[in-house]
Formats: sequence, structure tokens, C-alpha cells
Amino acid sequence: MTSALNPKYSFDTFVVGAANRLAVTAGRTVAESPGAAYNPLFIYSGSGLGKTHLLMAVGHAAKKAAPKLNIEYLTLDEYVEAFHASVAAGQGDAFRRRFQNVDVLLVDDVQFLTNRKEMQSELLRLTEALQAAGRQIVLTSDRPPPDIADLDERLISRLSGGLVVDMGTPDYETRVAILRRKADERGARFEPGVLETVAQAEVGNVRELMGALNRLVAFQAVNDTKINAETAKQILGLTGEGGAAATSGDGRASAAKGGGGDEFGEFLADVTVTVGKAVEAWRARVGEAVLRWEGEGYRTHRLEALLQRGAPGAVDEAIAAFAEDVERLKALEAEVADLDPQAAGQSVFRDPERLSEAEEAAGKVREGAAPPPGPSAAFPLAAFAVGPSNQVAVSAARAALERPGKKYNPLVLVGKSGLGKTHLLNAIGLELARGKRAVVACLSTQAFIDELIAAIDGNRMDWWRARYRRATALLLDDIQLLTGKERTQEELFNLFNLLQDKDRQLVFTAPAHPNTLSGLEERIVSRLEGGLVAELKEPDREVKRAVLERMLSQQGVNPEPALIDYLADRPTDSVRSLVGLLQRVVGAAAAQDGPLSAGLAREVLEGQSPRDTRRSSGFRTSGLVVSSLGGIKSREKVVWDWVDVADRMIEEFR
Amino acid sequence: MSLVNFTTREITCKIVYYGPGRSGKTTNLHYIYGRVPDSRRGRMVSLATQTDRTLFFDFLPIDLGQISGFSTRFQLYTVPGQVYYNATRRLVLQGADGVVFVGDSQARQLDENLESLQNLQSNLLEHGVDIRTIPLVLQYNKQDLPRALILSPADLDDALNFRGVPSFSADALHGKGVFETLKGISELVLKKLAAGTAA
Repeated sequence: MTSALNPKYSFDTFVVGAANRLAVTAGRTVAESPGAAYNPLFIYSGSGLGKTHLLMAVGHAAKKAAPKLNIEYLTLDEYVEAFHASVAAGQGDAFRRRFQNVDVLLVDDVQFLTNRKEMQSELLRLTEALQAAGRQIVLTSDRPPPDIADLDERLISRLSGGLVVDMGTPDYETRVAILRRKADERGARFEPGVLETVAQAEVGNVRELMGALNRLVAFQAVNDTKINAETAKQILGLTGEGGAAATSGDGRASAAKGGGGDEFGEFLADVTVTVGKAVEAWRARVGEAVLRWEGEGYRTHRLEALLQRGAPGAVDEAIAAFAEDVERLKALEAEVADLDPQAAGQSVFRDPERLSEAEEAAGKVREGAAPPPGPSAAFPLAAFAVGPSNQVAVSAARAALERPGKKYNPLVLVGKSGLGKTHLLNAIGLELARGKRAVVACLSTQAFIDELIAAIDGNRMDWWRARYRRATALLLDDIQLLTGKERTQEELFNLFNLLQDKDRQLVFTAPAHPNTLSGLEERIVSRLEGGLVAELKEPDREVKRAVLERMLSQQGVNPEPALIDYLADRPTDSVRSLVGLLQRVVGAAAAQDGPLSAGLAREVLEGQSPRDTRRSSGFRTSGLVVSSLGGIKSREKVVWDWVDVADRMIEEFR
Repeated sequence: MSLVNFTTREITCKIVYYGPGRSGKTTNLHYIYGRVPDSRRGRMVSLATQTDRTLFFDFLPIDLGQISGFSTRFQLYTVPGQVYYNATRRLVLQGADGVVFVGDSQARQLDENLESLQNLQSNLLEHGVDIRTIPLVLQYNKQDLPRALILSPADLDDALNFRGVPSFSADALHGKGVFETLKGISELVLKKLAAGTAA
């Protein structure tokens, strides 16, 4: 029922000229972002000027850009037939549903709506439905909507509401370009000047042009001889009328005047050939190049300047150099688009004259596109103390490191504050960052939100997105901070999907299982749960011992085992508080310039000062007996060292 | 004057018919005028004395329409042939893209022909143009006259065409050779354009 898109009809095979440039640009735009730009897009032109080609090209391009899109191409007649068939089968609703699920609907030859009231209302309804759903409609016709006879006013306004654009007959240069391309496609070779001669014929549409070309191809094949411009004219019957096709109208008039017209006609034909030879050779090449690059959206001042020159000079070299510059610009633009899509739109990337500026701009973008914040080097994996309490999380992390993005993606580390989530997160980040060309984004959720806000503020969302999309791994600390940050959740959601699709490792930390966090959108929670949620529990003895030993050895202290045992046995609910305890003991030891010992620790932490410990430690006091009843528990309140005699005197005086 | 303007896509050729008085320059133009379709020609401007001699110059614009995407115009001028109008001749020659030297084939006019040819050379030089570089063709007019009175094209070639430019025998009154001459000069002019020295 629906015609398949003809693979031959793509943008690549569409010759762009002044007459159809707008339509082609609009078509490309629509294909790149269906439903976003011009909806509906209404293209009209006379018969044989490329409506169907353009329509199918839109379909192809849209399909290429997003293969999942549901694209339907059909002529209005097919649409009508389908409708009638489904109505006859009592399936009218199914018909409607079918077309409402189309992402890009391409309808050819809309002018046949004339006198089809029921189809008009059907199309109106469909157009409204598709528009409302943000789906693209592209229509073609041989005349603008208001000129289609007997068309419903509402449909006219609906169809004219998007963009109505027409395609004219191709100009001479475009005709030459079309002929060359078609001749190439057919593998036909003609002597110089032949195609130009054909192009000089004023044709109403491209099909006629193709017809003329076909005749030449056939003639050449049959006779097995090369056709020259003169023969071509004869074959195509261009000589009869005043000698030159370009003047066919006037030629007829002068012939009617009585025999004398021939001389002028011949003269004209001669001049035409001479001018053709003179102008065509190199000017045409430059002209074609101008058209080509202009069509692709590049500035062609340099080539136009070439045309201004009298002498042909090294035209081909100039064109080649130009093409090279354009290639360079393309490369730069592509590179920049990766880093900062917004910057890629700059006009400087479209002007080969400003290549150096473009290089500069690209350089700036390159510098500006700092990679997202990476993991902190202060948390190496080697320094992470492992024990039964966090064995699961650590082995999950190691598994993720072995096959990033494939094994556990995402990996969510949950646990209370101070259990080493951040440490483990950064450690994973550091390990991942060792990879070649790794771009590891590792930051706190707060920083992530702040950056997003700054990007929105600076209107640099594209840049921001591109920056994170480049990341080969994303590690976010304290994901619970997303609560209530809808925009961040939205962005994270998209980023999440994108990165996960590309098998890039995602790691998050949260204080509790994601589904217990309030304020997180369901879609994010479910995605977090989709990977592995690994819990870090309160540190066990083993972990504590490892942490203590590492901390102490870092400080160059060789502690007595009793101290470690004592500290490890003390009830602590997190590594952080354990570290706090140790700090206190170490601080106390430093203050009294004594060694670290279990006794000291006990004294500091429990406020007891067992005599034996005190004696053995041998510290000096002022001689005053510090009463345990005096409530002196905190070491801040205990004066351990009396600095000089005078101070002691005053103290004793009191 | 710019012969080919690539920005506006125009080709304008100024062609001057030169030669001694009464050699048939204006006749050439009249014949062409009669053969060009109305829509293609402008008004022919002719300033003549009472005895129908060209006083100032004849001017015939021809619009050849779009050729290879260029709107092509020819402007045909004649100069007054009489010796004492040299200032006018020089003026008309200014900016010429090509010159048709219309010679009188009558044997007794040979000296006038030579004189006029020399005059052409010196007038071109006044404009800084070397006669050897400007497109030039010779037309031996009045070849319809009795053999006894005229020199053959071969003889005229020997006498006048020492530069070896294209030459055409003609009978301007009846149109023989007129368009051949025009074609000849157009080709030279346009070829020069191709050589790139036209601008």
C-alpha cells in the first residue's frame, strides 16, 4: 500500500541550484529534526522539477539520522485508496491509528485533493493529530495550497501554517550540472560542448532535459560514434528555429519575416558556439564549483573573485585549494561540534577565507572544552581498607573495573556517611582514568548541579551536554542531592541513557538504597536499580585495623598492638569517626610529647587516667593533683606543661 | 570598457566599422539592421549629412539574448570616412573591442584604403592600442562591380592585408559577405575574451 522510498532519490543525487535551494534547505532541516522546524512543510513546483525526489530525499535523510523513525511515503492517491479500503473493511479506526503512529509522513501530489471533501477532512484531522504529537508532515503539490481548487479553508490555513516553498525551473548552470551528473550515472561520455548545447534548450522541467539526454545516449549507442555539439543540435531538433535554441521564440519570428532571418540566426548560432567555448571551458568549472559549495552552505568569495579576473590562470588549482580548505573547515567543524555544538554553528566555519580564524576558534573551543572534573588523586584504590563489611562493594568495583560498562552498569554504592563511599568512588575513577583516552567525570552531585546551573545561566547547555557526553565514565557522589532538582534529573536521565547505550561505566553513591530516597524521579530510581546496588556496612574489626595501621604508618609511627586492638574494638559506626578517634589520641600524644599507647588512648577517649599508665608515661605536672572529680576530662583543660617558674609562682600564690 | 562582466553576467562587444569614405560601412550596418529581429535590435542611430554621408557615426545595438548564461550585446559603430572628421573617428574608436576595416574594392580607391588603414593604426595608437593586438578583419566591399573596375580579393589581400588578418569579400548593398564579416570579427573578439585579455 505504501510505496517504498526509491534509494536513488536522495539528497546526494539532488542537484541544487538557485531555483530549488530554499526547498532543499528546508527539506534537510526537516529531515534533521522532524517535527521541530517547519511543520507541515509544503513544497510545490511544476511537474518534473524534483518534488518526489526531494520528498524521498527527506525520508532517506530522516531515516539515516534516526533509523528508528517510522517513515511513510505515499501519494495522495494511495492514501485515498488505503482509506477507502479500510472503510470498506470496516477498519476506519485502524487506518487512522496507523497514520497517527507515523513519525514522518510524506504525502506526494496533494493537489488531487480537489473535489474530495471526505479526504480533505481526513487529512485535516490527521495533520492536526500529527502536529499535536510533534510528528513531521511533508507534502508536495504542483501548486500552492490556496490554488488547489475546492480546498477547505481550514486545510489551506493548516497547510500554509508551516513553510510553503516552491521550486522553479533550473537555470542554465543547474541544467548543465544535472546533465553531467545524469550522463555520469549512465556512464555516457560526450564531447565537450554537447551537454552545454542540450542545456541551452529552454526546457520546462528536468524530465524534458532527461528525455533530451536519453535521445543523445541512445543515438550515441546506436551509431557508435561520438556526438558533437552540432550533431546534438540536429538530433534534438534545435537547429530549425533560428539556429539557436536560446532564441527559439524570436527565431521563429524572424523566419516568418521572410527568409532573411537565417543570416542573423546563423550568426547567433556561431556567436553562441564561440561564447560557449570561451566561457564554458573554465568559467563553467568555476561556476559549478561556486554552485556546489554555495549549495553546501560555504562562502565562495574566493571563487567568485576568480570569475572577476580576466585571465583563467590556474583555475583548477584554485578550485582544488578551495576544496581543500573546505575539507579542513569541515574537519574543524566536526571536531568543534563534538566539543561544543553551539560553537560549531559559527559562520567562521563556513568561510574558507577565514580559515585561520576558524583554526583559532577551534583551538579556543579545544581549550575551552575542559574535560569534566575528574577523580581526586587523594583516594587511591590501594589505600582502601577491605574487610567483610565492604567486601561486596569492593569486589563489585573490581569487577566493574575489569570490564567497565559491561558488568555492573550502573554501580550504586550505598552506605551511611563516613564509610568510604567517596573514597571508593574516586578510587574507581582513578583506575578508570588510567585507560587510554579515558575521560572520567567524577564529581559530587552538588558540583554537577552547580555546573548545570552555570551552563543554563551562560546559555551554554549544548557545550555542557557535549562535555559530559564525551565522558567514558560518569561517577557521581551523593546522588541523593538530586532531590527536587528536576532539571538536573532530566539532564542526568538523558546523559545516563546515552552513556549506558555506549557501554560507559556509571557509578553513583547514595546514603541508602535508591528506592528509599525521596524526591528522586521514578525513572532515575529504576535505572539506578537496574545495575548493582552494593552496600557498605559499618566497618568491621578488620577494616578498622587496616585503616588504623595505614593511618599510623603514614605518620611514621610504629604503634603498639594493644593500641590498635583497643581502638579497633571501640564501637564506631564509621571509618570517619574511627579516624576522628585516632586523631584525638595522636593529638594528645603530640601535646604531651609522649608515645602513642593504648593507655593514653584509653585516657583520652574515656577520660580515665589510670595511675600506672600515667606513671609509666612519666609526664610532668605542676604538682597539683588533678582531681578526677574536678570534671577535667578534656585534655584542653589540663595544663600539662608549665612554661617557667614565674608562672608557677603565681599559680601557687593563688 | 569591460567586455565581459562576470558579476552581472554580461558580454558587451563594441565593434567599429572603419574605412575610407563611401566604402560602405553604413551600408553594412543597414543590412544587418534589416536582418535582426525587431526584438533583438535597438534603434539605429544615424547622423548623416544632407547628401547622406555619415556625419558623426552610426550606432546599432544588437541584443543576442542569453548565451551560456550571459546576456550578450553587440554594439556596432561606424565612423565617418571623410578625412576631415578624424576627431570623431578617434572618439568612436575609443574602447572598441574589434574593428572591421571596410575597404573599397575599386582600383582607384586603393590609396584611400591605405591611407585610412594608416589612419586607423595611428588613431588606435592614440588610445594606446596596438593594431596588431586588437581583433581586426578586412572586408573588400563592392565586389559586385564590374571586374574591370575592381581589384580581386587576392590582389587586395596583397595590397592591404599585410598583417594576414581574416578578410572577406562582400557586396554590402545586397548583403553578400556582411554577416560573414560580422561573424569573423565576433569570433576574434570573443576568442580574445577566452584568452583572458579582454577585461
